[in-house]
Amino acid sequence: MSTKGKAYIVGAYEHPTRKAPDKSLAQLHAEVAKGAIEDAGLSKDAIDGYFCAAGDPPGLGGNSFADYMGLRLKHIDTTDTGGSSYLLHVGHAAQAIAAGKCNIALVTLAGRPRSEGVQTGTNPRLGNTNQPDLQFEFPYGPATANMYAMCAMRHMHQYGTTAEQLAWVKVAASHHAQYNPHAMLPKVVTVEDVVNSPMVDDPLHRLDCCVISDGGGALIITKPEIAKSLKRPLVKVIGTGEAVKHQMGGQDLDLTFSAGRWSGKRAFEEAGVKHKDIKYASIYDSFTITVVMQLEDLGFCEVGQGGKFVSDGNLISGIGKLPFNTDGGGLCNNHPGNRGGMTKVIEAVRQLRGEAHPKVQVPNCDIALAHGTGGSLGTRHVGATVIMERE
Amino acid sequence: MAGEERIYPVVPPTPGSEPYWEGANAGKLMLSHCKSCNKSFYYPRGACPMCLSTDVEWREAKGTGTIYTYSVMRPAKPVYVIAYVTLDEGPSMMTNIVDCDPAAVKIGQKVKVVFKPREDGTKIACFTPA
Repeated sequence: MSTKGKAYIVGAYEHPTRKAPDKSLAQLHAEVAKGAIEDAGLSKDAIDGYFCAAGDPPGLGGNSFADYMGLRLKHIDTTDTGGSSYLLHVGHAAQAIAAGKCNIALVTLAGRPRSEGVQTGTNPRLGNTNQPDLQFEFPYGPATANMYAMCAMRHMHQYGTTAEQLAWVKVAASHHAQYNPHAMLPKVVTVEDVVNSPMVDDPLHRLDCCVISDGGGALIITKPEIAKSLKRPLVKVIGTGEAVKHQMGGQDLDLTFSAGRWSGKRAFEEAGVKHKDIKYASIYDSFTITVVMQLEDLGFCEVGQGGKFVSDGNLISGIGKLPFNTDGGGLCNNHPGNRGGMTKVIEAVRQLRGEAHPKVQVPNCDIALAHGTGGSLGTRHVGATVIMERE
Repeated sequence: MAGEERIYPVVPPTPGSEPYWEGANAGKLMLSHCKSCNKSFYYPRGACPMCLSTDVEWREAKGTGTIYTYSVMRPAKPVYVIAYVTLDEGPSMMTNIVDCDPAAVKIGQKVKVVFKPREDGTKIACFTPA
């Protein structure tokens, strides 16, 4: 069953904080929930479906947060695929709504790695030792940055992608971030700034990496009848797709592409739109290479041509053919809880509503895409794509 | 990486993976081999990811392979080279490239296994230029 047009995003809220030492994780979840509910023009009591990622809150997080916020629910889904969770949640919420399992779904993300001093990119974090891969990988020091660096190294080797091409992704994000008063890195940077910044994990420089920030975001998703009764612009979910990529016991190792190759195809097929129809794209930008690979995987350019595609400002709103991450993205604005999927949906909703900053608003933005991956492109991950249309 | 070397952390084995670590400690790189689809795979596990057969046995790898990709972890002390090595038997594995200048590591380079100490004195498989 297709869920095309069965659900609308009617509330979206990004927490303005980037550092929240004095707020608990649960408090941040409650604040983003409140923001999204108010944005939609609803009351808390209308919420009957709740989506969060089990990894955000410790333990049985969904249970605890429903309790903390006093939610009375008919439907709960704590699917956790890392940073892509919130993109999956949009699809899962559309399915639950279409199936009549709930009417108004709340999705929340919050995290405070900055206040907790998590060295996200450079310090390998030991997970649960029941995770079957852990004993065979953790000892070798896989941190987030060196995993993506290995993707970049192979992409450069195989396709001739250059450090300067990767740098253009950061340059574009910084052009957008200058207009975002909440952005952590609002300064416009050049290709030279990126390639001359300190090398972190060859071939990725410091400025190829995203920020580490506290904060969060939330969405409200509902069925057409309710969406049309509210006062907000109508943002309809027209296509969703998800996919898992791993290495099949080391037999299928290929770090030059992501699960977006499959999730994107599914979303485009359901939406029935073409790449030329997409006026704006939110692309998870944990690192510059992440964007280059995912643009190829989603079919915005040929395989191996992502470096060329992003060059010369092609991702800058008002200049390039595919405006991306007009909030400044994870690279310059915000990467709450080390999970970029939520802010990707939020900025796409702003664009479709015409509520992005005037300097980066895409004219006549009627169809937008949000895509991300969770886990690691260097090991195993889940990709998810959402295509939305302004009605 | 002359001088300073990483001392590798010990992650407790899961039930069934002990032969891998016993092999490493004895200087052998062990792979899982599926007797049903006749393919070796890594990381080791009790069910073949290709066909889900549980008729899986341990086989010693030759310990030779080729660097598929790598990165130099510069913020770390000591600096280390993380890599994927494609073994001559077929599967690829995450590892470290050791006993060489990180700046000289290249994709496509031939490497051979070498065993390095863990915190508890047991050993783990790494690779060095052949």
